[in-house]
Formats: sequence, C-alpha cells, structure tokens
Amino acid sequence: MRHVLRLTAIGYLLTLLVVPVAVVVYRALEPGPAEVWASVTTPAAISAFWLTLIVTAIAVPLNAIFGVLTALVIERSRSRGRRLLDVILDLPFAVSPVVIGLALVLVYGRDGWLGWLPVQVLFSLPAIVLATVFVSIPFVAREVAPVLREIGDDAEQAAATLGANRWQTFRRITLPAIRWGLATGVVLSTARALGEFGAVSVVSGKVAGDTMTLTLLVEQRFQNFDLAGAYAASALLAVIAVAVLLLMTLMQRRAEA
Amino acid sequence: MSAATVAAPAKARPARTRGPGLSLGFGVSTLWLGLIVLLPLAAVVVRSLDASFWTVVTSRQAVSSLVFTLWISIAVAAINAVMGTLLAWVLVRDRFPGRRLVDLLIDLPFALPTIVAGLTLVAVYPDVRFTKWAVLLALLFVTLPFVVRAVQPVLLALDRDVEEAAASLGARPRTTFRRVILPALMPAILSGAALAFARAVGEFGSVVLISGNIPFETQVASVYVFKRLESDDPAGAAAIAVVLLGISVLVLLVLRLIQTWGRR
Repeated sequence: MRHVLRLTAIGYLLTLLVVPVAVVVYRALEPGPAEVWASVTTPAAISAFWLTLIVTAIAVPLNAIFGVLTALVIERSRSRGRRLLDVILDLPFAVSPVVIGLALVLVYGRDGWLGWLPVQVLFSLPAIVLATVFVSIPFVAREVAPVLREIGDDAEQAAATLGANRWQTFRRITLPAIRWGLATGVVLSTARALGEFGAVSVVSGKVAGDTMTLTLLVEQRFQNFDLAGAYAASALLAVIAVAVLLLMTLMQRRAEA
Repeated sequence: MSAATVAAPAKARPARTRGPGLSLGFGVSTLWLGLIVLLPLAAVVVRSLDASFWTVVTSRQAVSSLVFTLWISIAVAAINAVMGTLLAWVLVRDRFPGRRLVDLLIDLPFALPTIVAGLTLVAVYPDVRFTKWAVLLALLFVTLPFVVRAVQPVLLALDRDVEEAAASLGARPRTTFRRVILPALMPAILSGAALAFARAVGEFGSVVLISGNIPFETQVASVYVFKRLESDDPAGAAAIAVVLLGISVLVLLVLRLIQTWGRR
C-alpha cells in the first residue's frame, strides 16, 4: 500500500510537472550555448529583461512597505474596519488576472474614470507597474500577519512603557521579529512580479522593445513560430523560478530555526 | 506557503493593544488598497451596467464559456482534493530518498510564470493541444500546490495517539483513515480545494496557448473576456468579468466559513 501511494504521488508529479519543465529546459539548450545566448541577447530580449526588472524593482518595495503596514493594522489595530481590510486583501488572489487588466483599462483608458490624467498610464510603464502591484499585493501582508499574531505585543508594550517612540519600537522590536516572514513575502512577491502575464498582457500594449516584458516575449515568440526563442526565454524564467524556490526554502528553514 | 496562509482571519486579541496610534496606518493602508484594488474593480462593475448585462451574460457563447469554466474548475478542485491529500500524506508519513526534493518541487507551479507552464505542456503533450484535456492539464499544473500546502501542516500536527488507539481497538488502517484522519483533515482539504477552484476559474496565462480558444469547445471565461476586450467591447467584457468577480467573492466567503468551521 505504502509503495502504491508513493509511486502514484511521484508519478503524478513527474507527468504533470517535472517532465514538461525538464523537456523545455532541454529543448532550450539543444541548439547549443551560442544559439541560446544569441536568442536571449537580441535587442528585444534585453529590453524585455530590463523592463521586467524595472517593474519588479518598483512593485516589490511598494508591496513590502504597504504589506508590513497592512499586516500591522490587521493584527494590532482596534478599528472596526480592519476585518474589511482583511477581506479586501484576499481579492487579488481570487480575481482573474484578465479581470484585473480589464479593470485597469476601464480606469485609466481613453474614457476611463482617470483617463483625464496628464500622464500616459495605459500601454506604458505605469500600467504595467499597477497591474503587477495589484496581483502581488497580498504576499507580504499574508506572510507577516501570522508572525505578528504569534509573537504577540508584550515586547512592543514593554518598549513603549520604557519610553520608546513608535518608530523606535517598530525598528528595534517588531522589525527584527518579523524579518523572515517579511523576507519570504518579498521573495514570493518578486516571483509573482517577474512572472505575471495575464494582467500585464491586457494593459501593456505589447510594443516590442518598449512595453514587452519577459513573459509577453515568450508568448509573442511562440505565436511567431520562433519555438527555440520561446524555449530560451522560458528557460531563463524557469531558472529564476528555481532560484526563488531555493531561496524560499532556505528562508523558511531560517525562520523555523 | 501562501496557500495555507491565505485568508487566515485575525484572532481576537486582547483589548490592551496599542490601537489609536495605528489609525493613521489604517487610513493609509485603506487608501492604498482602495486605490489599487477597489477602485479598478468598482469600475468593472459600473461599466458592466453600460452593456445590457443580461443579454451579454446569457448569450450562447458567454454561457458556454462560463459553464465550461465552472465544470472544469470543479473537476480540478476534486482531483486536487484527492491528489493533493495523497501528496501531503506521502510527504509527511512516508520516508524515501529524495523526499525533500519532492517537497521543494511542489511549490514550482507558484514560482513558475503561468505562460511558461502552458508552454511546457504544449512542448511535451502536443497531441492534447486544443482539447478540453489540455485545459484540464494546464489547470492541474498551476493549482497543484494549494491542497498539498493546506493539508501538510495539519497532518504534521495531527496527534498519532488517536490513530494508535483506533488501531489497538481493532480498526483496520482503512477504517482509521476514514473515521479518524480524514475528518481532521477535511477543513484543510476543502479550503485548499476552494483556493484551487478560485484559481482555476480565473486562470489565463497557462491556458491561453494550449486551449486554442475554440468557442463552445475549449473557450474558458477568462480568455473570452480577453477576446471581448480585444474586439473593442469593454462593456461586454466587463459583464462577463462581473460574473467571474462574483464567483471569486463567493469562494472567499466559503473559505471564511470553512476556516471558522475548522477551528471548532
């Protein structure tokens, strides 16, 4: 019985996950290192890589700051609205990325609610950042909140009693306690930001060399029958994903220690 | 990871916490979430009223894509409930070389961009492309971690004394599993399955390459929304999106109920 269960579990993982990913990485490397290098260093690929990095570099710090703040409010505030905040925070996990993209089009598009803004939002960097922040907004708060609940607020109270102001209490007491939760949230948020496709594909406009992110590049190459190119870009994203996985495991181990 | 922590409602805390100082924080984070999340979603709801909502939502193609999405998401949730529990069981109770690697791999679908997930399945299973099986496969790929990561911690924390007591009273392993272990795992299995369901209903990236988007056949609701928007019908897209949004909110409510039930 035990062996049947084990084999079923491993077989399921192999057919669904491991073999497909391994095959793509293999196919990506098949043409040889020079070809692969050429394919991931075309001007379009480099521009997509940079855009993805810039979007992530803007979205993740925003998520970190507001995530910690939201977690603090949910766990420490007495206001009645915090339960509502808690519910709203789950929405980005449950709503379809396409609906998120559509929502941004309806707000920032031609005749949208904020369409009158003087800056071009839709089909340019701001919209891509907004979409990315939307989809990855819950990660930090959802990792930090349980830690805050677990540690309680005794130490924070003691610090306040001893005359520490709010910022000192946060920096010296709260922040060190939540650091691994925060780090895990940042890693998850980064992975999602680098890999977001649906919401970004609706709002980006997909202009090669300008508003094309790495994931959009994969789709475009696939649709233009540039399979080798699509595999190469995918392999690059897969390598990043594996690095994220390793980091996350490492951090969870540190948090438990 | 996130699967287990999503929607964990706040526990009642002692009254002495320093509340008033956080009212500014409350204002700022409400404003932030309101601006980023609520305002756009509100725009979808308002815009859907522009279109004759019922005409769009009850059009044959919309109904067909919504029905297909719901059925396949139910199937995905059910398969995940079984396979996810099995995977969690093997990871917690079985010992074999490579177990930690398997544990690590479970999270891969969360870390891998969805478009890459779709591409890998196209590369390995070209024959299923443009069929309903392809959609099922893609959805199973991206939802794999939810049930595993929800059940695993519960299984780890489970008191084995009860199982041993059941066994010593003559219960066969199957009976012990059905009467002792399964009831304890049920809230976790259900909330994992609900998360997988919600994800499957809205999934786009992994499906878009592999489904072929054949109307009345493999067209899922999210891709239909995308097509409507592409053919310059934002109001129609918004109408379908509102239905999807309604399902999301419903699932979130069910999740809260399951968690309240699980704590009793």
